[in-house]
Parts: sequence; C-alpha cells; structure tokens
Amino acid sequence: MSATVNPPVVFTQDELGWVSWIDPLPEAELTERHFNGLVDRARAKSEYFRLLVRDPEVLEARTKTDKDIFYNVADGLPRAERELAAAATSRYNGCIYCASVHARFASTYSKRRDDVQRLLDEGIKADLGERWNAVVKASVALAATPIAFGPDNIEELRRAGLDDAEIVDVINGASFFNWANRLMLSLGEPSK
Amino acid sequence: MSTTDIIDTLAGIEPGSALDGIRGRRLQARENAQKSYLSLFAPIDTSDFSLVERAAVAAFVTGLHGESPVATFYRDKLAASADGAALLEAIDAEIARGRTSGPYGSFPAGPLSVENTAGLIYRVGAASKSVLGTRLVAALEHAHLLVFRPRDAASTDMKALLAAGWSNTGIVTFSQLVAFLSFQVRVVSGLRTLAAMNA
Repeated sequence: MSATVNPPVVFTQDELGWVSWIDPLPEAELTERHFNGLVDRARAKSEYFRLLVRDPEVLEARTKTDKDIFYNVADGLPRAERELAAAATSRYNGCIYCASVHARFASTYSKRRDDVQRLLDEGIKADLGERWNAVVKASVALAATPIAFGPDNIEELRRAGLDDAEIVDVINGASFFNWANRLMLSLGEPSK
Repeated sequence: MSTTDIIDTLAGIEPGSALDGIRGRRLQARENAQKSYLSLFAPIDTSDFSLVERAAVAAFVTGLHGESPVATFYRDKLAASADGAALLEAIDAEIARGRTSGPYGSFPAGPLSVENTAGLIYRVGAASKSVLGTRLVAALEHAHLLVFRPRDAASTDMKALLAAGWSNTGIVTFSQLVAFLSFQVRVVSGLRTLAAMNA
C-alpha cells in the first residue's frame, strides 16, 4: 500500500513485516465482535489480523485451530517438529513470510538453527537427518496438488520413531500451513 | 446444518476408534476446524459472498484436487444449493479444464528465480462465462491461482476481484474459504491414509 515496501528475495529467519494489498479495518472501528475474532486483543496492532477480522467468526475459529495445533504440547510431537512441518510447507509453497516466522520458531525450539537455515537455503531436499527428513517429506507430499501423501510417508515417519498421535500432529501442522500460506501470499506481501 | 464433525465424517473416523481418541487430544483444533467450516458455509452474514457462490467455489477448489470424498461432498452441496444445480455443468467443465499439478509459479526476482516453475495460467472457458457471471469468473480464476500457484499472487489480482464486484470483506471471506479447503482436504487425506493403514 505504500512506496516503502522492500520485499525480501530469499528465504530468511529474520523478522519481516507484512503489508496488506487491500484495506484492513481501522483500529478505531473495531467492535467487541471484532475483538472476539482477534482472540488476542494485541492482534489489533497487526495489519494482517485487522484485515482478516473483516470476517470475525472465521478468524476466531481459524486462530483457535492454529493455536491448538501448534501450542498444545501436553502430549504428541515436540513443538520444534510442528514448526518444522510449518516451515517446510511454507518453503515448498513459496511463502517467504510464513517460512521466516516458523523457521525462527523451529530454530528456537530445536536449537538446530543451521539445519533450519539449510532447509531455507537448499530447499526441501536438504538432508536434515532421518527424523527431520521424514517430517519434511511428509509435509511436502501433503502440500502437493494433487495430494501426494500416502502410506510410504506414514511408514517413513514410523521408522523415524513417530507414533500415530505424533503423525497426526504432522498432518495437522503441515495441512494448516496450506491454509496460512495462501492467505499470507495472496492478500499482501512481506517487507524487510 | 448437522453438527456431525465434518472432518471425521469425510475421513471415515468412527467414534471410539484409536484415531477418534487421538483427535480428541486436540479438542480445540477439532472443534474450531468444525466452527471454521460452519462459519464459511452457514455464515451469519452472506451479503458479501452468497451461499451459492461459496458452494460453487468449494466444488471447484476441491474438484481441482482430484476425485475424493471431499470433492463429492462439496459437489453435492452445490447441487443442493438454491440456484446451484444450474452451475454444476459449468463447474464440472472448469474443473476438467483447470486440473494440473502444483505448486508452481515464480519467486521475487533474485537468487530464487532458478526455482521458478512454469505452469497453467488458468482462465475460465468462454462457454462457461455467461452461466457463471462476472463475479464467479473472477473468483474461479483467483481460486485456481490460490490452489496451484499461490506464490504468483500480486496486488493486481486483488484489483481484478474488486473490479469484478467483490468487496474487501468479500475478498477476505473468499480467500479464507479457499485456504480453509486447502487445509481440510489435506487433513482428511492424511487421516484417511492413516486410518486405512490401521484397519
């Protein structure tokens, strides 16, 4: 929307901004219905969320789906590998903004920043060891259209030590980023 | 609309099964994937995006992913929608014209340009245009971009939707619908695969 947009041309773990191509709601126009949609009131400061809150009911449900898939770590797959699934999906679909956020989270939770950076630099074929390779490959197979995910992916995840509950976390995390990537890529653009 | 969980139904997850138990450990996600579905297909406000438009876009998007219980479900939804049956033939024809393999598209010019992949730039066929109307023609063309080449999206695509009569709010809901279906069809596919291996 402004002349100051400076789009990144490579995948990065740096913090990026995001600029909407259509009009977000002005902060002053937000009502309680909108704040319910935002879930966290602080998200009223974000241009992205003030755009999505044009449909508050969908945003609220989307946000709560997202939070449980990624933040509910009472059991199941470690957070780092959920973030890896999100980053790999974003790398494959080509969402530089989403990849930056979730690569950063994957690095924070795994302490494997260099491996995460290799996923960004080399792409989805980067060799990250058996377990991470299986998560990346399953995420990529799910992101393809037509969907390429099959029994081979599940067998590979099982060989890498994942149980069914952890495999469902991979399926949920990777699938969710096919939702997130499409919004981030098509309603605006990242800016350094 | 039924309160049966739509993902469980489409994935064939039986109450009391192992996968039912696993999905129960992410209850908030399960309930809110369902609420997402309901708020897109049984919304409180249809003024920016009508129910038949929602059903037509959903049938097109899921059909582009190939034959599946999800595609059948949304095709049936379109057939059952008021004014929907008249669109079925055109939607089926456009699915056949639009099917390809993704994701493809271009990256911002720079080091990633070597990864640019060419592919179909889909436009609605001449024979379908009068049946679908201006708004749905623009919607299907943008939906195809979102499904197969989301990294090609540009600000000019928003202008094309606005010019076809879509409001800002309508564009947000429409984008959410396509993006949500991209999620739903994958969760169902993944869970079905897992369920079949455990059967």
